[in-house]
Amino acid sequence: MRYLPLTDTDREDMLARIGVADIDALFSDVPADKLLKTPVDLPRGRGEAEVERILAKMAGRNRSASSMPFFVGAGAYKHHVPATVDHLIQRSEFLTSYTPYQPEIAQGTLQYLFEFQTQVAALTGMEVANASMYDGSTGTGEAVLMAHRVTRRRKAVLSGGLHPHYAAVVQTLSEMASDEVVTLPADIRASEDILAAIDDETSCVVVQSPDVFGNLRDLRPIAEKAHAHGALLIAVFTEVMSLGAVTSPGEMGADIVVGEGQSIGNALNFGGPYVGLFAAKAKYVRQMPGRLCGETVDADGRRGFVLTLSTREQHIRRDKATSNICTNSGLCCLAFTIHMTLLGQAGLALVAETNHANAVKLAEGLAGVKGVELLNETFFNEFTLKLSRPAAAVVEAMAEKGVLAGVPVSRLLPGQGLDDLLIVANTEVNTDEDRAAFVAALAEVL
Amino acid sequence: MLNRQGRPTQAGEGAQEAHATFTGNRALQQIEPLIFEIGRYETTGVDIDKPGPFKSRLGKLARKDGIGLPGLSEPEAMRHYVRLSQKNYGIDTGLFPLGSCTMKHNARLNEKMARLPGFSDVHPLQPVSTVPGALELMQELARYLMVLTGMPAVSLSPKAGAHGELCGMMAIKAAIAAKGEGETRRTVLVPESAHGTNPATAALIGFVVKPVPAREDGTVAVEDVKALLGPDVAAIMLTNPNTCGIFEPQIVEIAAAMHEAGAYFYCDGANYNAIVGKAKPGDLGVDAMHINLHKTFSTPHGGGGPGSGPVVLSERLAPFAPVPFIHLEDGAPRLVENVADAPEGNAPFGRITAFHGQMGMYVRALTYMLSHGADGMKQASEDAVLNANYIRAGLQDLMSLPFPDHPSMHEALFDDEWLKGTGVTTLDFAKAMIDEGYHPMTVYFPLVVHGAMLVEPTESESKASLDLFIATLRDLAMATKGNDKSRFTGAPHHAPLRRLDETRAARQPVLKWVKPEPIAEAAE
Repeated sequence: MRYLPLTDTDREDMLARIGVADIDALFSDVPADKLLKTPVDLPRGRGEAEVERILAKMAGRNRSASSMPFFVGAGAYKHHVPATVDHLIQRSEFLTSYTPYQPEIAQGTLQYLFEFQTQVAALTGMEVANASMYDGSTGTGEAVLMAHRVTRRRKAVLSGGLHPHYAAVVQTLSEMASDEVVTLPADIRASEDILAAIDDETSCVVVQSPDVFGNLRDLRPIAEKAHAHGALLIAVFTEVMSLGAVTSPGEMGADIVVGEGQSIGNALNFGGPYVGLFAAKAKYVRQMPGRLCGETVDADGRRGFVLTLSTREQHIRRDKATSNICTNSGLCCLAFTIHMTLLGQAGLALVAETNHANAVKLAEGLAGVKGVELLNETFFNEFTLKLSRPAAAVVEAMAEKGVLAGVPVSRLLPGQGLDDLLIVANTEVNTDEDRAAFVAALAEVL
Repeated sequence: MLNRQGRPTQAGEGAQEAHATFTGNRALQQIEPLIFEIGRYETTGVDIDKPGPFKSRLGKLARKDGIGLPGLSEPEAMRHYVRLSQKNYGIDTGLFPLGSCTMKHNARLNEKMARLPGFSDVHPLQPVSTVPGALELMQELARYLMVLTGMPAVSLSPKAGAHGELCGMMAIKAAIAAKGEGETRRTVLVPESAHGTNPATAALIGFVVKPVPAREDGTVAVEDVKALLGPDVAAIMLTNPNTCGIFEPQIVEIAAAMHEAGAYFYCDGANYNAIVGKAKPGDLGVDAMHINLHKTFSTPHGGGGPGSGPVVLSERLAPFAPVPFIHLEDGAPRLVENVADAPEGNAPFGRITAFHGQMGMYVRALTYMLSHGADGMKQASEDAVLNANYIRAGLQDLMSLPFPDHPSMHEALFDDEWLKGTGVTTLDFAKAMIDEGYHPMTVYFPLVVHGAMLVEPTESESKASLDLFIATLRDLAMATKGNDKSRFTGAPHHAPLRRLDETRAARQPVLKWVKPEPIAEAAE
């Protein structure tokens, strides 16, 4: 086996040095009747070429985003990632290192985490950010728990514009922890009265912008009402690229900002691994979940970085910890940080503007198509269409014509009478030809 | 002085002090500023044309000011991150004996497969009809995990080990609630030697944690567990092999006792690498166990993630697995994404993450499994155990073993009894290892052993590598008895940085870069 350096001679010599007759003598604590005598019922090992053949065949059965005009979003987005990013994250010293528990030989990881935290804080308009969560959805669950710790209340109010998967994660966690959740009905046109749902028992209000239907939401009045009742505003985003074009949630008064960072630096990967971004007001830092990297000095007075405030964490506090999170998304943060560094604020603004311009062009192109109604007043790079036929069937039919058209709302919210709604995303990778193909295929199918 | 590779381990006489460099750099070790100190606000390393005129639909929410993040050109960015990488130690750098973390070789074939466009460039919500290969891969990974563990079901959703624990404990909570015992069964037993994630997970979803004492020999006794059992007990969370590196000899009896009391057995699978292909958790009476794909199945640790923590489930817990999962209908796979769509007989407890879990990690782990095969995985576990015991045999006359009566599994645990009176602590010893070119072992864990040093070499090390490691640790161990303690107390001396002030970092937290105020303004 190519990954195992020991030879049979080595093994014999080593057993002799240890002083046992055979390898199973080292497994003597395993009950004899439970120790397997033969390999399990799976195929034998294979060489590289054969493994490649098997997996390439599986991969070949999937239709990749780059292989056709592609408009699928709703929480994960197809963007261009510079080649430099993937090269750098495969550097051995990044790829094969561990959580930086020995800071003297992990300054590479620690410094990029510090850069990452600074970038996330700036993007979200917040004072502090952590070194990442698993993804946006689990981060949202953690944000709600954090709000409960800060306010010592146990009721969360979820906007009807929150991604249904995110809402489900919060609901599952809350149900298990016996906390209360009020989820407002699906809010397609950003017209819900969320202010009415906030009262003196509310711990937090969770609002996504751009919401899952693509609408931009003004968080200022929500922050104001929440604060008047002693509640926190948790602002959520699934498309971090939008922060290059819209007012930051921090500027609008959010107390905790959490979202998905996949769009910057990370591939679609069929849903994971992604990177959760998590930021908050500085006064809440000791209630934050996850790893934090901080600046300090070494014995010679040189600047360096370490993991810090770990008395919040499970390995110190055990059942009193702020979260059970241990591993986070190290390498995905690195990808995010490198891509963000390449963009800078100038590049991010330009890419964001291009996303928006492309979405506007598609919206305008659809104006003349019969049986299509654009439901959004505002949007960034994604909007919702009302179709004259069930959207799921339209998407299937358009896929057969070589266009991946978007996400039917019924896939996220089944059985709610929303079958004719389609969420369509348009990023900087979409060309005028892609949009023309979309409009033509949709017109044909409807 | 030269080490066995012929490499000097100390600077020449007075050289460092006499010739401090003008830059502060030391040849390949370069001081690298933060990107915010070298970037410029108008610079971008990405070329993209400005779009022509269009009518904005951002309404009142268009961003008015800059974000405040500088950019770098591509060559600058490349150099910045390459220099940072050179300050990191990885598995590819050298032996990485971090106990409980399984730092094994990360094959680059796994990386190559994960980057096939059919896996990496596929959206989680594109029509299921366009991703049959993705479902096939998930099913195949699930099948491998079920065969290896002897368990009938698996949830692939969890994003990491601790998330897997959460998933497993949620399934247990749901099963208890389904029996109408949700109000009464609130206690979870956790041995004192457990990973911190175990009690943190149980507490997160409202369980009350009750510690189980460890015996003198580092194992959990079935009598001690039985003494704690009652109608209030929901489950035990037990790591096996345990964090002392020992296979729990009474695990079958403990599982039976839990079941008899109407409770469940959650097994922390962090140390599964010791027994893959050697014993099946399903045969031992496990109800739920997470598997760290980033440990046992070699997906890269990446400086702290991303991980992946699928949970195998017993027949009793299988119906409660969260969405999404793949259900076979007349042999055809159906992706069940919503609780309401669950087939008859399933009662999913909910959803723990958006989309379908860590696909990129699934591909890497399955690549590992296909490469090793049943024979290779069994051999890998045997070699991992052999290597740990070989290190133990090579050091046990100099370093003390808290639990000499049991063979070690894939990690050997030492305590600091042997350092008593030397003035050298476990931490000092670990830092001195850095100067010798090694990543330290896990230190001060498990908590039940004083000054613990947990050494896990994994199966990836050759005999020559182990011999050199043992010889180095023997040299160091003997040096602790000598007069020159600064080798330890001042270590590391040769790393990019010397020991860092963690107290200062925590007392005055600086968690991001802040633009220094211009001196003139600050004076006003």
